Amino acid sequence: MVNTKISLCGIEIDNPVIPASGTFGFGYEFAELYDINCLGTFSFKGTTKDARFGNPTPRIAECASGMLNAVGLQNPGVEKVISEELPKLAKVFNKKVMANISGFSVEDYVYTCEKLDKEEQVGWLEVNISCPNVHGGGMSFGTSAESAYEVTKAVRNVTKKPLIIKLSPNVTDIASIASACENAGADGISMINTLMGMRINLKTRKPIIANKTGGYSGPAILPVALRMVYQVYEAVKIPIVGMGGISTAEDVIEMMMAGATAVEVGAANLIEPYACKNIIDELPSVMKKYGINDLNEIIGGAH
Amino acid sequence: MKQTVFEILTNKKIAKDVYEMVLEGDTFGIAPGQFVNIKLEGLYLRRPISVCDYSDKTLTLVYKVVGKGTEQMSGMQSGEKLDVLTGLGNGYNTEKSGDSPLLIGGGVGVPPMYALAKKLISEGKKVSVILGFNIADEIFYEEEFKKIGAEVFVTTVDGSVGTKGFVTNALDLASGYSYVYTCGPEVMLKAVYNATNTSGQYSFEERMGCGFGACMGCTCKTKYGNKRICKDGPVLEKEEIIW
Repeated sequence: MVNTKISLCGIEIDNPVIPASGTFGFGYEFAELYDINCLGTFSFKGTTKDARFGNPTPRIAECASGMLNAVGLQNPGVEKVISEELPKLAKVFNKKVMANISGFSVEDYVYTCEKLDKEEQVGWLEVNISCPNVHGGGMSFGTSAESAYEVTKAVRNVTKKPLIIKLSPNVTDIASIASACENAGADGISMINTLMGMRINLKTRKPIIANKTGGYSGPAILPVALRMVYQVYEAVKIPIVGMGGISTAEDVIEMMMAGATAVEVGAANLIEPYACKNIIDELPSVMKKYGINDLNEIIGGAH
Repeated sequence: MKQTVFEILTNKKIAKDVYEMVLEGDTFGIAPGQFVNIKLEGLYLRRPISVCDYSDKTLTLVYKVVGKGTEQMSGMQSGEKLDVLTGLGNGYNTEKSGDSPLLIGGGVGVPPMYALAKKLISEGKKVSVILGFNIADEIFYEEEFKKIGAEVFVTTVDGSVGTKGFVTNALDLASGYSYVYTCGPEVMLKAVYNATNTSGQYSFEERMGCGFGACMGCTCKTKYGNKRICKDGPVLEKEEIIW
């Protein structure tokens, strides 16, 4: 028997496979298809202080080996997430869930983290300072070490739960931003959010996406994510949740070798609704193929 | 929702840029007004196509070649297999139709009207259909609708066949209807909305990510709150639509 259990910021999970925020809703659509308790955990839909409709449509565009999205953090707001979504989730998921949080000011982040910190079901807070699809906030906090430090420090003060900061790849030096988060008290880093991109409709001669730009995700970005996780692994001591284009069990192993303790699977869920289940089912045999008895052995193994 | 492998039985051109593909596979749970989401080689996002007709073992899709996905589909041969998500979307509710519903389809909005017409007729209702096209070469399924017992009115923008103009120009011919079901370009839906006094159900289209409610890529605002076109739609009640 191979071991797929890992410890993520002090909480043991059965396997390192975590559906990424924004690709898994609050779990129910997938719970209709398979028992989502097979997951390590999942990161729920990005939640903000107030309800948000998000961006106008079109929000989606096809790309080579991937897609653009500019949903813009559509969510019912933290109060409704706690009063409606979490109780519904409890009926289909009996593990700790990862709460994904976004904001437009430091106060927003603190407010939302403080609320979710009190929820028993929430295991980790994943603070997204990297959403490329909102204006005034979101990614702007994740593009400088100073503001990343400031947000991390502020939310650290209101939670004792493991605090993971989700970083943007749309920066010149991601390692320095990861270090700033570590210095401010983060327990982990998750990376990478989507790469900012654009597609243009040749008939209308305008961007396909109403927001003009969108975040590029899918298998095409895996090499970028691997490179960045590799760089950050050398810069910080806290665990990294690696993501960006992961679609197979082999991708999971490659990301862990780059330095990730766990992985998130994003766009793949939208194309192949059983993607995470399939990856989890295939992981033991792929581990055997590469002579891996315990996933903990390979974390950062490429260094 | 269900993930199924279908085998192509036939795939043929039936009008200008329009193809009919008949697939064999598990159709359990498929209903009129729903769509399926098809995985295609070399393309990342699945392609959503409305359900035109279905039986216990076959699924018929009628699609127009508008981009890379539908172009690839048009070249497929019988015997090829497709990975399909079925049972997507809410579909049409036939309980509200009254005795004599009017179905209005424009262009590739025609196919979903076919399975709906069959269901309404099987429920003993008198079904009238307005099929709108631009030109004669684009017309399809006129005879199919007649064969199942629907009263059919065709409109063409150039007047080459049937009533000249848009689907709304044929509304007087189909008078006495109890309810409206429609699918087509948004400008057509809006024209139908304004030109009819009865209640009805309108099917919308939007660029989708997943097609099953997970990504929030296709959300629209309605009077009843935010709705995902893929999961809470594509069919909206007339009363909830915000133009």
